Amino acid sequence: MNNGAIVAATFFWVAAWFANGMLVRLNPSNRLLARGINLLIPLIFGVTLIVVWEGITVGFNISPVLLPSPTMIWARIVTSTDILWADFTQTFLKAVLAGYAMGCLSGFAVAVAVDRVPFLRKGLLPIGNLVAALPIVGIAPIMVMWFGFDWQSKAAVVVVMTFFPMLVNTVAGLAAAGAMERDLMRTYASGYWQTLLKLRLPAAMPFIFNALKINSTLALIGAIVAEFFGTPIVGMGFRISTEVGRMNIDMVWAEIFVAALAGSLSYGLLALLERAVTFWHPSYRS
Amino acid sequence: MAQSRGSNSWIIDRVLPVGTVVALIVVIWYGFAVILNAPFERDQAARADTTLTTMQMVQRTMAQERPVLPAPHQVANEIWKTTALKKVTSKRSLFYHTWITMSSTLLGFAMGSLLGILLAVMIVHSAVLDKSLMPWVITSQTIPILAIAPMIIVVLNAIGISGLLPKSLISAYLSFFPVTVGMVKGLRSPDPRHLDLMRTYNASQPQTFWKLRWPSAVPFLFTSMKVAVAISLVGAIVGELPTGAVAGLGARLLTGSYYGQTIQIWSALVAAAILAALLVMLVDLASRIVMNRMGMAR
Repeated sequence: MNNGAIVAATFFWVAAWFANGMLVRLNPSNRLLARGINLLIPLIFGVTLIVVWEGITVGFNISPVLLPSPTMIWARIVTSTDILWADFTQTFLKAVLAGYAMGCLSGFAVAVAVDRVPFLRKGLLPIGNLVAALPIVGIAPIMVMWFGFDWQSKAAVVVVMTFFPMLVNTVAGLAAAGAMERDLMRTYASGYWQTLLKLRLPAAMPFIFNALKINSTLALIGAIVAEFFGTPIVGMGFRISTEVGRMNIDMVWAEIFVAALAGSLSYGLLALLERAVTFWHPSYRS
Repeated sequence: MAQSRGSNSWIIDRVLPVGTVVALIVVIWYGFAVILNAPFERDQAARADTTLTTMQMVQRTMAQERPVLPAPHQVANEIWKTTALKKVTSKRSLFYHTWITMSSTLLGFAMGSLLGILLAVMIVHSAVLDKSLMPWVITSQTIPILAIAPMIIVVLNAIGISGLLPKSLISAYLSFFPVTVGMVKGLRSPDPRHLDLMRTYNASQPQTFWKLRWPSAVPFLFTSMKVAVAISLVGAIVGELPTGAVAGLGARLLTGSYYGQTIQIWSALVAAAILAALLVMLVDLASRIVMNRMGMAR
């Protein structure tokens, strides 16, 4: 037991809580300042979480096999950047990106094609909704059998996982343009493609970005889980499952840190892109 | 009159298109089964120095022991063999494995939903938590939690917790998120005028909560619970992978992939799909009943 660490962590927690309480009540009129405070509050919360984690692991002498402290994890990250980078390249840059691009594009293309045939749309939409709720990661062993151990099989899993959310959302989005606007396009004598490109696709963008965001996490999960079923000796899923077996839990946390960073960054990037593309949407117009 | 037209349009709008697409999928599946399994048969025939007619070839591709892609009737046959013809308690029964997966799914789903509701209530009632916790709730889902499923299970095993609970924890982590987000939306959905009315009645905060906020959040709760139950099944299946393939649908997938038993993998997948559909339907049914009782049926 290390009482100092516990006391320090508790003290930090209380102080941060009070600081956040004050910051929330501040409510400044300056817009920039208000935005800064809105960023600062969750930041303080996150830092507090890490400090409390550190305090608990050090204070109660928790074995690093159970839960390593943040400093240990950080030390591991710094000393093994080359391994982490190799795993990141294998899993994220190869499998996830390739699968994500193929899955989203094919889902989008099929949705636009299906949209022209109402009969197909009625038939595919309920099935697509059902499949989007199914545990698709289960096809991972089959894909590993079909496409081999390397990243192609992981990309295949990602393709199937990302396809259906994209299909369902795009079909719903293409129906989102209002009847008035469509009538207007008709009075302009615009053809199918003109209506699609100038009215219906822009109107579908919020739905499409919703699917892109859902898919960004799904893709990472799919690639990592698929690696549990067979992989060359590199990759984030491989590293996690082997290092767990060797009880190197700090290395596992390092991989999780990388995965979380990649996931959050791609999500943030998509959110920024969405803001730029759908600037007209009520939720961004304030 | 209106009734009969309603059922007629239901057939034209739902049954016919969906049936056609399903039939199409089955046909395509058979086609791929023949194409993908043919090389093996050709190889066999070449070794035996015989030539196969096309019909023989097609027949044989659908009756392989370990096909690349089993034909639909092979999967259906395997499911029939492992459900109807085996005792429910037998370790070879698909019911047994489905039951194991379902119990951890439901436990995780219950824990996740409770946690989600609790977090939402706290977030709605505290400005500090709203601003500090909500961004982290969202960030928590960009972490591919399924990736750390093996670690959670091994670590909890190391301190003596094994069996149902570790798997359910993964399900709970996955399922709390949609419930939190949906419930925060739902608890904030009452009209400001209704909230003002509660104030003029001098209602206390608990009263406002139970009589206004909670009832208006119920539709949101059920919508998010439908999403939550589906992903908690995914969590349970992945949680079974690192336990050394003892029991459950995830274990069936893993042993199937170790021994190349493709038919077993596919039947486990179909069982998982049926289970997912049943669970979602169950939540939907509960929501219909509750909404009817509350007079909110649409």
